[in-house]
Amino acid sequence: MNFFRLHNISLIIFLLSSTVYSQVIEVCKSCDISTIKEGILQAEDHDTLLIKKGTYKEYNIDVNKPLTLLGEDFPVIDGELKGEIIKVTADNVTLDGLFIINVGTSYTEDYAAVRVIRSKNFLIQNLVLEKLFFGIYLEKSSDGRVYHNKIIGDAEEEYNSGNGIQLWYSQNIEVDKNIVTHVRDGIYLEFSNFCKITNNISSHNIRYGLHFMFSNDDLYERNTFQNNGAGVAVMFSKKIEMYHNIFKDNWGSASFGVLLKEINDSEIIGNIFESNTIGINIEGSNRINYKNNDFINNGWAIKSRGACYANHFINNNFMYNSFDLAYNSKLNDNKFESNYWSNYTGYDLDKDGVGDVPYRPVKLFSYVVNRTPEAIILLRSLFIDIIDFSEKVSPVFTPDNLLDAKPKMKMIAHD
Amino acid sequence: MIKILKYSCYDLLRSRWSYVYFAFYLLLGIVLLFLNNDLSKAVITLMNVIIILVPLIGTIFGVMYYYNSKEFTELLLAQPVKRSSIFLGQYLGVALSLSMSLIIGLGVPFIFYGIFRSSAIWDFSLLLITGTFLTLIFTALAFNIALYNENKIKGFGYAILLWLFMAVIYDGIFLMSLIAFEEYPLDTFSLVGTMVNPIDLSRVLILLKLDISALLGYTGALFQKFFGTNFGIVVSSVMLLLWVLVPTLLIKRKAGKKDF
Amino acid sequence: MISLKNLHKKFGKNHVLKGVDLEIERGGIFAILGPNGSGKTTLIKSILGMVIPNSGTIEIEGKKVKKDWKYRSKIDYLPQIANFPANLTVKELIRMIKDLRSNKSVDDERLIELFKLEPFLTKKLGNLSGGTKQKVNIVLAFMFDSPLIILDEPTSGLDPISLIRLKELITAEKEKGKTILITSHIMSFVEEVTNDIVFLLEGKIYFKGSILELKSKTGQPDFEHAIASILSNNYD
Repeated sequence: MNFFRLHNISLIIFLLSSTVYSQVIEVCKSCDISTIKEGILQAEDHDTLLIKKGTYKEYNIDVNKPLTLLGEDFPVIDGELKGEIIKVTADNVTLDGLFIINVGTSYTEDYAAVRVIRSKNFLIQNLVLEKLFFGIYLEKSSDGRVYHNKIIGDAEEEYNSGNGIQLWYSQNIEVDKNIVTHVRDGIYLEFSNFCKITNNISSHNIRYGLHFMFSNDDLYERNTFQNNGAGVAVMFSKKIEMYHNIFKDNWGSASFGVLLKEINDSEIIGNIFESNTIGINIEGSNRINYKNNDFINNGWAIKSRGACYANHFINNNFMYNSFDLAYNSKLNDNKFESNYWSNYTGYDLDKDGVGDVPYRPVKLFSYVVNRTPEAIILLRSLFIDIIDFSEKVSPVFTPDNLLDAKPKMKMIAHD
Repeated sequence: MIKILKYSCYDLLRSRWSYVYFAFYLLLGIVLLFLNNDLSKAVITLMNVIIILVPLIGTIFGVMYYYNSKEFTELLLAQPVKRSSIFLGQYLGVALSLSMSLIIGLGVPFIFYGIFRSSAIWDFSLLLITGTFLTLIFTALAFNIALYNENKIKGFGYAILLWLFMAVIYDGIFLMSLIAFEEYPLDTFSLVGTMVNPIDLSRVLILLKLDISALLGYTGALFQKFFGTNFGIVVSSVMLLLWVLVPTLLIKRKAGKKDF
Repeated sequence: MISLKNLHKKFGKNHVLKGVDLEIERGGIFAILGPNGSGKTTLIKSILGMVIPNSGTIEIEGKKVKKDWKYRSKIDYLPQIANFPANLTVKELIRMIKDLRSNKSVDDERLIELFKLEPFLTKKLGNLSGGTKQKVNIVLAFMFDSPLIILDEPTSGLDPISLIRLKELITAEKEKGKTILITSHIMSFVEEVTNDIVFLLEGKIYFKGSILELKSKTGQPDFEHAIASILSNNYD
């Protein structure tokens, strides 16, 4: 509902402003120009193609001039499963208000509903994509904006499905307020730097809600990643900022809210990790600040699989997780301080809001489960509590300095 | 049987133990909620209490009631009343009054705290249901122990031992065997091992609610089926019912053969 | 009325009843006698269904009692040791037993009066003296109008007046044509209330007949000596 109203307003504003200096070419079934391809052919640079309501059975539409393709009441562009539908190969192109369906599927070529190739200053907004292979594919492009699109796939298997929004060797792109569901990876970034991924909702995707590879200096903020095959994977990148995202309901044997693999010098602040099998799975990641996050009801809030150094966990809430932390190294160089742990049983005699005895987030039982996964069935058994307690009293397996010396007594309120 | 049940309940209502039990739960509920001020945390703590204490209280109380009401039983045996009615009536009398203490004792503080307006209502109801099941199971087991042992001291000893075994030792042996055979596929073994002990069974039933995200972390296909679908809830519930029915039938059988 | 055939009962290694055959006709008072441990109480409890015999049959009024319980409504029983639920009052106990044996004509008020139990009605059974408990016991046993009455040591703890009342009660019930079984150690009491005795010895019926027959059989002039002679012969 909101989506369409917004679209109408922007349509009006756009018509008012653009008609002043450029020409509008109408495309409709009964017009002189009845196909989009014909429209592009006829148009001059900076013209607007006003595409009226109707169904246009076209594919391989090459937008090779700086044009605006503006749909009125969501005209349908039906690719009839024949291949790629719109290809943008010029700078300064705007696509707005189109309903694009039936992208061809191929095992050799990544057909997309919209592909932008080596172009700058583009704007792709208010599109609805359905029955797609790849959705919006940005290839070696930069300075563009992908705003307020809705991508609804019907992917079932990983091998024959594509990604919702894909950035490949693209710089300085803004991906804002999109909804992506039922594709392979909701949003995929590879070799793409200085991008901003904000306010998107990525859910029910087969593989990852967001997938990040070899991409540095990116920001993602206020996104929601829910019910994806395995949450968000951030790999082989550095200087990533992750703020105020929500990671929820990512269940499964290899599932997690976030996977950090070989990530350095990043910030993870103000996020909510709720009901994931693993909240954050960390491998070989260093110098990361985890601040003001909430870890609620996860199987494991944090699973650290070795080679993680100089990470700081400050002011986070760890609440009702089956395990707060799994740690498989005898060495610890990470700092936990001033977090709230709902499993903390200590006391605060001096009433300063900080527990008087340190909290040890790693339980002996998490080692046992790591070794013998079936033992998970004994979770919360009295016997397990007893062995955990004895480990707490005199640590044998857990690193002696792996503790929060200043555990908070009360849940920390984050903004 | 209804008459016996009535008199057993009546008798229990006059004994101070049921009030102690009731007061204990009431106090526990109040302390957990109003000192903690955190419903989810209270439910988790409550789970530990229910899994461990309910069976203990059920066994001790069951054995105690049986021995203490020996006179009553003998009086009844000479009356035109069916034998199995006497024992099943007494058993149900104890088990139901214990369950009522549990449900009301915990329910009242939680209702006052506003459980009905909270999302934890299902977790809480599940806790009370498993608590009731555990009471039924362990009181039945206690009655069996008492029926087989004329000697009070021996009966109490076995009852404590039973509880200790089910609550702690069993899991210790279970864990050791899991570790010892870790090279083999163990998911069937671990699920069966859980079904065989009513305390573990109830624990798993609660885990299904509280820790499902962790349970789904394990890859075994059977685990996935058990915890990922309703299969687990159905199987656990059926097993719990069996755990109530079998000891109850044993009470009936032994009661039919015993001399007084 | 009662017919026992080849009744055997073992408690562990202890063979208590070793083939008891006994016929008791309707009407009259029968005393079951025997030394300690001869199986008197076991025999009575077998008839009541509280003890389940290893073999043999028990018939009451022609019906086998095994796995039956309804026949107990024809029996009034006074147990040897009056064990009552301690936290019930006398009144509650009487009401409860009445409730359990519904559809019976009840005679409790006359008996309560007879044994002067009114002041104790609201007292808890746990707080009563042994004698008073026994009186309650008697009330419970006699308040129903059943054709068979079984009294296990009815005299224990009774004061002389109550004892007289008890004897009167027993005689009155006999007059109504009821069958009454009594066990007792007090021979003078037995001699006073009945003529027919059954003597149990080491789990078997040693003697069944009248006191006169017993005297002539043992050659002893009085009842107590007759019993004593059986016992001393056996102690040899």
